[in-house]
Amino acid sequence: MGRPAYIGNRLLLMVFVLFGVTLVIFSMVRLIPGDPAFLILGDRATEENAAQLREQLGLNKPLPQQYWEFVSGMVTGKMGTSLLYRQPVSNLVVKRVPVSIFLAVYAMILAAIMTLSFGLLAALHKGRIADHFIRILFLFFITTPAFWLGLLLIMLFSLRLHIFPVAGYGLTFQDHLRYLFLPALTLALGLSAVLIRNLRGQTINVMRADYVRTARAKGVPEGSILSRHTLQNALMPVVTIFGLQFGYLVGGTVVVETIFAIPGMGQLLYQSITARDYPVVQAIVVISAVLVILVNLGVDLSYSFLDPRVTYE
Amino acid sequence: MNEPAAAALEPLGRAAPTRDGLVLRIRRLRLNGMLVGGTIMLGLVILAALAAPLLTPYDPIAQDLNSTLLPPGSPGHWLGTDNFGRDEFSRIIYGTRLDLQIGFIAVLFPFMVGTLVGVLTGFVGGTLDSAVMRLVDILMAFPFLILVIAIMSILGPGLKNLYIAIALIGWISYARITRGETLAARNLEYVRAATTVGCTRARIMRLHILPNVISPALIYVFTGMVLAIMTGATLSFLGLGPQPPTPEWGAMIAEGRQFLLQAWWLTALPGVALLIVGVALSLIGDGLAERR
Repeated sequence: MGRPAYIGNRLLLMVFVLFGVTLVIFSMVRLIPGDPAFLILGDRATEENAAQLREQLGLNKPLPQQYWEFVSGMVTGKMGTSLLYRQPVSNLVVKRVPVSIFLAVYAMILAAIMTLSFGLLAALHKGRIADHFIRILFLFFITTPAFWLGLLLIMLFSLRLHIFPVAGYGLTFQDHLRYLFLPALTLALGLSAVLIRNLRGQTINVMRADYVRTARAKGVPEGSILSRHTLQNALMPVVTIFGLQFGYLVGGTVVVETIFAIPGMGQLLYQSITARDYPVVQAIVVISAVLVILVNLGVDLSYSFLDPRVTYE
Repeated sequence: MNEPAAAALEPLGRAAPTRDGLVLRIRRLRLNGMLVGGTIMLGLVILAALAAPLLTPYDPIAQDLNSTLLPPGSPGHWLGTDNFGRDEFSRIIYGTRLDLQIGFIAVLFPFMVGTLVGVLTGFVGGTLDSAVMRLVDILMAFPFLILVIAIMSILGPGLKNLYIAIALIGWISYARITRGETLAARNLEYVRAATTVGCTRARIMRLHILPNVISPALIYVFTGMVLAIMTGATLSFLGLGPQPPTPEWGAMIAEGRQFLLQAWWLTALPGVALLIVGVALSLIGDGLAERR
């Protein structure tokens, strides 16, 4: 199978998964034991108010129609009205998506820098002090919950050393870089802990390969061996792991945005859950799933660029 | 049969208790540094959880408003006190009980269901396999934490719902691991031999496949426990877990957050406890994986 056919198949699967994702979210809210209207309004709400809310949420319509409106709304951007903010969900979300994406990309860049430098350093110094130090340090970051790490960073860098702001997002691009550094670092440390481990292992494996020895025997400079022969081959599995970890990154934004008071999607999700603002919850969960699906599609497709031998079967 | 299992089956009284015999037997367990270190750490943590009332002179939820926010090293409160004057050491030690319990219970159900689903789909194949794997595709599209939070928001906060939320998604990893192993084992000779002598499919799955494919899933249990404990702590931190004044590490960190400037220990110390448990379980998991 060539690349176009593979991409076609992959897209078809994606459409199916998207359908499933919307169905899961849709039924989750409808499966709430009891009446969602009373759950949102509280037990002391009047029947009149409940009926009004059911009308507003479209809960009084037949289920297939509700599902159709939900899905078409997701596509066209009519995602209902927030119960808390009393404005269209799309307005709320549109303002916050760029913030979260900024944070996620920032975290990915930091993670990439840390992974490449520490991963290679550990691999090249295998069994020596630098290697042990990096492995033990990042073993801790693998098991450190993001919310705690974030608070520790605030205590150290914001409250004691006053290097970075405690919370917020800032106004200009430079502001964003400064305000989001600690949050991005929090996410990046957890992410790179997994990636460094992988890159180290892969690099050590590849360095043992015959073609690396041949290249060395031919007198290829060490830097070129590392970048052209080793890294390119060692990176492929790491990219796969990254795709699998992207969900962790998106989930992490909920925690990190809440701690650092960043006005992104994660913070909105947390607020909406506390306020039982289901239209917003639905929209954000669907959007986050779509992001994960797209990133994994990208990862799958990137193989053919990282490794020309890959043909899609 | 793999080596450690053979070693375990060896009648205990037979080998003479010479030094060589003992060394040999220990070597057969193929222990490594990570495994030993992790097991000792976890053992100490479990001991602390069991002996909580003996280790701490204070009730973890007893308030003492005359001695609030004492720093670590204060007389009588060597890890300090919180804003209600509750002894921080007692709360952390009692928290061990709850957080370990979350780790154990939250993997129990996913492990059982996941391995069964994995063996079933891997062995039976066909429509059942495709259907379950598509369901897995769908559930894997959600970021784990976001889906758990969303489920909790619908079920409501609390420990029981936490278990349900983690179980609804947690089975996937075990199912995928076991399914892969089963696909490989399905065509091996001992399975074909069992088919030839007329064993039923249920019997083959139960007695031939399951015991042979379960160890990778068992090893993953330790990773799963770390994940469950961290998720549980995160949800408590967000106010969706066990409700105050229950001593739970994530909830304690959330309470300590209001005193970041005055009382760093309220945030830092429960996290250290989480870290110790996490590292212990990870070491065991990695040590077991390395042994295979």
